[in-house]
Amino acid sequence: MNARYDLVVMGTSTGGLHALTRLLSALPASFPLPIAIVQHRSRDSDERLSLLLRGASLIPVRDAEDKEPLCSPGVYLSPPDYHLLVELDCMALSTEEPVAYSRPSIDVLFESAAYSHGSAVIGVLLTGANQDGTRGLRAIKQRGGYVIVQNPDSAESPFMPKHALKSLLPDRVLNLEQIADELITRANETRLA
Amino acid sequence: MAASNHPGDVDSASEDGARRSFTTASTELERLEMDLLLLAIYRHHGFDFRSYAPASLHRRIRRHLEIARVTTISGLIELILHEPSALQRLLHDLSVNVTAMFRDPTFFAEFRSSVVPLLRTYPTVRIWHAGCSTGEEVYAMSILLEEEGLYDRCRIYATDMDSTVLEHARQGIFPVSRMKEYTSNYFLGGGKRSLSDYFTAKYDGALFAPRLAKNVLFTQHNLAMDRGFSEFNVIVCRNVLIYFDRTLKDHALGLFSESLSTLGVLCLGRKESLRFTAFEDQFSALSARERIYRRNK
Repeated sequence: MNARYDLVVMGTSTGGLHALTRLLSALPASFPLPIAIVQHRSRDSDERLSLLLRGASLIPVRDAEDKEPLCSPGVYLSPPDYHLLVELDCMALSTEEPVAYSRPSIDVLFESAAYSHGSAVIGVLLTGANQDGTRGLRAIKQRGGYVIVQNPDSAESPFMPKHALKSLLPDRVLNLEQIADELITRANETRLA
Repeated sequence: MAASNHPGDVDSASEDGARRSFTTASTELERLEMDLLLLAIYRHHGFDFRSYAPASLHRRIRRHLEIARVTTISGLIELILHEPSALQRLLHDLSVNVTAMFRDPTFFAEFRSSVVPLLRTYPTVRIWHAGCSTGEEVYAMSILLEEEGLYDRCRIYATDMDSTVLEHARQGIFPVSRMKEYTSNYFLGGGKRSLSDYFTAKYDGALFAPRLAKNVLFTQHNLAMDRGFSEFNVIVCRNVLIYFDRTLKDHALGLFSESLSTLGVLCLGRKESLRFTAFEDQFSALSARERIYRRNK
């Protein structure tokens, strides 16, 4: 059986820790797709973010290493002060300039996923207080991927999802607690022959 | 508000399918254009980017398209084949020249505590700083070695593939605006004096003391294409291999392995490792956390 999607990418900023904790804890340990996440964090942030998410998630969570193979189930977090990108079969990091003051940048992750995985990407944009992610979601959409935006009304910080909704039509706009179910449904979808 | 289904949902299955196959074809087309561009650069100029990590390389090319005001990669190919200055600008944008002094301060602290004692046992120390860009990290290392009383016995080869950044590195002038960040990094990295002892500020530039470059030879070397050129006690190559694909990374690690003396030290970037490579067994970690390795006997 050929799965329709092979990768989930997520981006979040302000309010992200809480949102990610809830979202990841609602996914089963056997979730079949690798999940790459950019959560904005400061240059000198420590491992607390991955520790907290590791505590909440049934899926193994780690700070991504360069060239680490994409495995599922697996959650890959952007380490502080690096951009996180995905190649066809592995994670990649970059120390290039911050994009819109952010390194890691959500746009960088999403655009790389769109380029490497084309229409097999599911992009999820969650709570946040800046404009990061919109451009990246557009790239995913353009290449035929699936786009979910958190309902701004359910977001701790609605600015980021709202900003995205102003310039693109996502496939779904969902409350936080509905996103996990949607991901499970999409992950089990098969490719039409 | 209940979550709404967006108009995007109402596309009929066939329309949706047609849209998806179209975008897949355009992705394939863009990959073809990327391959042709990299081949054009290689055949026309000799620089080989074909084994660079595709995702970030593609990003730099897209960004360059915007700057060069060209809409397609094919358009860029025409431009660089017929306009030498356009090729130079592209080459400059394709190499990543973002660097900092004492980036990851804990690496420098660890270098002081676990590598410096080893280096004290050698009468002369040869260091290769590969992919040094504009040189910030080379000056940082010179400062560290001077403070540890080792600088006079060190010979540092600092290399990059891009001759313009090396020219910049030789001058040792860095933006004054970064000095606050570097000062804080310097202290966290175990700095023993004050960073301002090492530079003179003039306008918006901080000119670092020329003695910090006295034992440094800045010279052009391309990890993708050139061979090793000497034997070293230490090789520093931080946040360079992340821009290579697995094959080229292995190639560069092979070069480092050949160029290191027995028990020589290899320093990689904080999120780079020898895991997932063929060289895992040839090295042992001096500090797994800071990615400092030692070549086995």
